[in-house]
Amino acid sequence: MEITLNHYLVLSTILFAIGLVGVMRRKNLLMLFFATEILLNSVNIAFAAISHFYGDLTGQMFAFFVIAIAASEVAVGLGLLIVWHKRHGNIDLDTMSTMRG
Amino acid sequence: MFEAVAFYLFAFLTIAMFFITVTTSQALYALTALAAGMIFISAFFFILGADFLGAVQIVVYSGAVMALYAFGMMFFDTTRDVKEKHGNKLIVSGLSILVAVLVVVIIAAPIVSTNMSASYPMTEGVGNTQEVGMVLFTKYLVPFEVAAVMLLVAMIAGIVLAGKKMDLSLTLMSDDDVRQVKEEENKKVLS
Repeated sequence: MEITLNHYLVLSTILFAIGLVGVMRRKNLLMLFFATEILLNSVNIAFAAISHFYGDLTGQMFAFFVIAIAASEVAVGLGLLIVWHKRHGNIDLDTMSTMRG
Repeated sequence: MFEAVAFYLFAFLTIAMFFITVTTSQALYALTALAAGMIFISAFFFILGADFLGAVQIVVYSGAVMALYAFGMMFFDTTRDVKEKHGNKLIVSGLSILVAVLVVVIIAAPIVSTNMSASYPMTEGVGNTQEVGMVLFTKYLVPFEVAAVMLLVAMIAGIVLAGKKMDLSLTLMSDDDVRQVKEEENKKVLS
């Protein structure tokens, strides 16, 4: 029962697929943000696993930068979401069609 | 054996939690399940020997990001059920095929590239945190600083966007009132 790199990659892919399903079927923008977090975390698992099995630290470094980007994305995105909710009263994707050509 | 048990246990828990996150119709359940899933993911980092990354995962995700979402959700109407999107069948099937191709590529890539070698190999005899520090402050110093500036920009953007006029609710005001507030603001800017 040896856990190999492929085990981690399969797990990462399953989580990525779950996140992608979330992005596709959610209408609420807050739920869409949650799905994005799942996507980023699944990629982090793959980075850490490859870093461990190849004895290389680059994967962990990339995971750190992914975490930093996720944190700033949440800060800016949630700010924009609050402004939108104050003005329009909901955060559904379908109502955001003011820029439709 | 221990590693295998831990891996399968946490894999099951993580998948279950994230599945709840994307399928539940209650925003609060989704938030709680996501926070639990983040903590379970840090267990994988500890199993893989990336101790510092695991600690950062707990601190940043469960601490900072989840707290931010929890505070953000106080502004939204979270008691209402979340509506589902039943979108274009063509787009959904196209993305599904894309995911299937992605699975094949991800699984095949390490098998194809057997002669890969480490560019920043692990140092013997030091802990993971020390290794991370040595690589982060030599080879990755410039990206590290850029990430710091990016976080500063994000913080300022968050304050400017969310902190503006916290005391009055634009949703409860009529359009005329909103227009009046806007004109007053413009006058302030001009004067």
